[in-house]
Amino acid sequence: MKRVDLVKLELKGITKSFGALVANDHIDLVVESGEIHSLLGENGAGKSTLMNVLYGLYQPTAGEILIDDKPVKFSGPSDAMAAGIGMVHQHFMLVPVFTVAENVALGGESTTFGGVLDLEATRKKIRDISARYGFAVDPDALVEDLPVGVQQRVEIIKALVRNARILILDEPTAVLTPQETDELMDIMGQLKASGTSIVFISHKLREVKAVSDRITVIRRGKVVGTADPGASTTELAAMMVGRSVSLTLNKADAQPGEETFKVTNLIVSNDAGQRLVNDVTFSVAQGEILAVAGVQGNGQTELTEAVLGLHKHVQGSITLDGKQLLGLGVRQVLRAGVGFVPEDRQVDGLVESFSIAENLILDLYDKKEFSRGGTLNRAAIAKNAEAKVAEFDVRTQSAQDHVGTLSGGNQQKVVLARELARPLKLFIASQPTRGVDVGSIEFLHKRIVAERDVGTPVIIVSTELDEVLELADRIAVLYAGKLMGIVPGKSSRELLGLMMAGLTADDAAAQLAAAGAPVVRDPSTEEGEPA
Amino acid sequence: MSGVQSPEPATVPAPKPAGTAAPPSEGKRIVREIMSGSAMVSVLAVVVALVIGGLLIAVTDQRVVAAAGYFFAQPGDLFSAMWTAVSQAYGALWRGATYDPTARTWLGQLGIFETLTFATPLILSGLAVTLAFRAGLFNIGAKGQIIMGAVFAGAVGFGMDLPPVIHLLAVIIAGAIGGAIWGGIAGVLKAKTGAHEVIVTIMLNYIAASLVLYLLKNQLKAPGSTNPISPPMHENALFPLLLGPNFRLHAGFILAVLAVVGVAWLLDRSTLGFEFRAIGANPSAAQTAGMLVSRGYILVMLISGALSGLAGVTQLSGTSKSLDADIAGSIGFDAITVALLGRSTPWGTFFAALLFGAFKAGGTSMAVNANVSIDIVLVVQSLIVLFIAAPPLVRSIFRIKAAKSEGARA
Repeated sequence: MKRVDLVKLELKGITKSFGALVANDHIDLVVESGEIHSLLGENGAGKSTLMNVLYGLYQPTAGEILIDDKPVKFSGPSDAMAAGIGMVHQHFMLVPVFTVAENVALGGESTTFGGVLDLEATRKKIRDISARYGFAVDPDALVEDLPVGVQQRVEIIKALVRNARILILDEPTAVLTPQETDELMDIMGQLKASGTSIVFISHKLREVKAVSDRITVIRRGKVVGTADPGASTTELAAMMVGRSVSLTLNKADAQPGEETFKVTNLIVSNDAGQRLVNDVTFSVAQGEILAVAGVQGNGQTELTEAVLGLHKHVQGSITLDGKQLLGLGVRQVLRAGVGFVPEDRQVDGLVESFSIAENLILDLYDKKEFSRGGTLNRAAIAKNAEAKVAEFDVRTQSAQDHVGTLSGGNQQKVVLARELARPLKLFIASQPTRGVDVGSIEFLHKRIVAERDVGTPVIIVSTELDEVLELADRIAVLYAGKLMGIVPGKSSRELLGLMMAGLTADDAAAQLAAAGAPVVRDPSTEEGEPA
Repeated sequence: MSGVQSPEPATVPAPKPAGTAAPPSEGKRIVREIMSGSAMVSVLAVVVALVIGGLLIAVTDQRVVAAAGYFFAQPGDLFSAMWTAVSQAYGALWRGATYDPTARTWLGQLGIFETLTFATPLILSGLAVTLAFRAGLFNIGAKGQIIMGAVFAGAVGFGMDLPPVIHLLAVIIAGAIGGAIWGGIAGVLKAKTGAHEVIVTIMLNYIAASLVLYLLKNQLKAPGSTNPISPPMHENALFPLLLGPNFRLHAGFILAVLAVVGVAWLLDRSTLGFEFRAIGANPSAAQTAGMLVSRGYILVMLISGALSGLAGVTQLSGTSKSLDADIAGSIGFDAITVALLGRSTPWGTFFAALLFGAFKAGGTSMAVNANVSIDIVLVVQSLIVLFIAAPPLVRSIFRIKAAKSEGARA
């Protein structure tokens, strides 16, 4: 495969509006051949819309796309692919029950006489590309059996097989361990060396700085500037948010009190009897934040579901103030003083077609404050909403607006406002800032720490290592449902990375010691990062 | 991480991409979009259906066909013939459904009361579909619930001898219970086993239809009759007529209006309705907030079934006065259309039911006075369903922008 044909991509004045909403407003972007160009912006800034325009999924309202100075028009992804543009979506577009080769062939199948599928050519291409970039992907493996990092490589192979010369990576690191992220960055370097241009979309400043040749910052659908990777994280964050943000959370040291929440030998199984949480024991003290770290899908979800009473097959013991929570219904658990922020607010946390006011009483609607004799007290509900919207700085026209119209950060503020409204004995927040803008992250983190400081035991479940390091007083790492150990909040990224990949705390520490790497973070060399 | 060997990454449990909100199933999404379409779409659907119905009336009219024969000689004739045909037909429909000064009887003059009579069971069963839908369930079983409501009501209405008022109340309660049982079966199966309510309610329709026929041939058969028909309802078990013996309008209509008010309160103002709506809009969030989703499914199907059962009562104690196998007629399925057209709001359902009542009341007048087949009403009703079920079609005809734009978020 010849890959010397360099290509330059230019977007000129791209505007894309949906009704009254302008998602992209006259965006200019030049990606030189063989460069890694990062598109930095908050969720909702218009990055994905722009890339969907480039990939032919949306038609631009105005503006043009030029490849090698020639204007092109894409009426669909197939046009974009034909022009040498490949895209790796944030959510993979793979068929789980197909093999790697079948997935790669999908859409461009070649057949032999009589319409029989010919996968041999595809297999060979996959082996070639794997060998070239050191992907180690078996063409005959089933995609569903592959780890996320490898699935992502399959997506990249899909693009390369179709001779992509410009590769768009949409938030590719969201699903990876720190080690996998490093490997992806190596791959990006190799692709660049072989002449492929890469558009890298992210809101993680550290990654953007590490890998980019140039950075374009987008805010509210407009390009607000370009920067080179030498720019400081504070500068970049300020460009992204539009004001200076404090990236480090100044929190006092924890004052842990009595250990009131205890989980003992907890086993959570699925219907098939497979253990998703395997014999986990830990406790949380009043006034401390325990962060549960790990790559997505290693039992964190099931752990929190078990505490809340949402899971069917649970063994072991979960006690709060000596009271057994296991076996109680969700409402009883909540009324026992547990506040819960679910990991996916749109699925489990909010009813999008309900107003903000209604969402704020979703678990309290039958309490005396809000209803009498089965009739809702609308005045009290509206008053409560006004107060909460003001207290939590929810940016909205009216508390009667549908929650679905709010940005991710403001939606999360609504969830937090509701869950912190009751006096709590335990506060659990899963992915508290996923898909939340940088400005709101600061606010949400402060509220969580404030809850700790009034003496509530707090559990944070997060797959974002930055967030874990920011908030945690202690860190528990889950891998394949097992607890790899609980380490201090000051532990190094390297240590946590190894634990997230399946080493126990002791083994990981030993390995790091052998390699001369730090086990504890040195605060003086760490630059502040927004999670 | 040079110099450090990574062990095998996690494979169990299967990792899923971050932040994937499991999208609601396509079918659910479409039904939701149809049911929550704007009032404008409902009105325009009716307008477009009437226009197309008018075209059908015109092209099947003898005079129009005749005028078309010499179209090139006198094109004006064709258009005036079309106008005459359509305006006569719809004029007759309108007068039959509202007020016709030319009719000879009171009943014929004031068709509006016939409209209300026809609308009564449609309001109640339409509310049943509306309520279940707001809790996320598609209750196709109004027909079966109407039949079972009527069976229970009938057993009390002609099988027992009770004093006035009490007898009617007993009939109403029995009918509600009969419908509630039939709806509740679907609710329990949904809650306990996950059986899809659409399938279960459709099957329960068949069972109810066969069951009533069996009962009418055996236990409930009128003595001495050879037909599958029950004895007449006792005088005390009938709804009183509201406007004297000249009109069929009965107190069941008041019951229906009360039900509209009740369901409106239940949905908008009560804690139970809050639960229903939360469960309907997002069952996982409802569950996470401590609501018992399966209890909600059972309760809403009990209430929904009871409403349909009341529709059966109004048919039996208000209109037909004895039970036969065809007691539900097309009401069970018209109820779905009515709820669709009413955008699954209680008052929307009320007005949609009035419209369908008017079609029924005016259809006869149109057939008699304008000599247009009554089937045209069925065509118009079906077209309404078509246009409501395809909101994008109506939107594109009238160039209305979709309320929500696709994926505006990046």
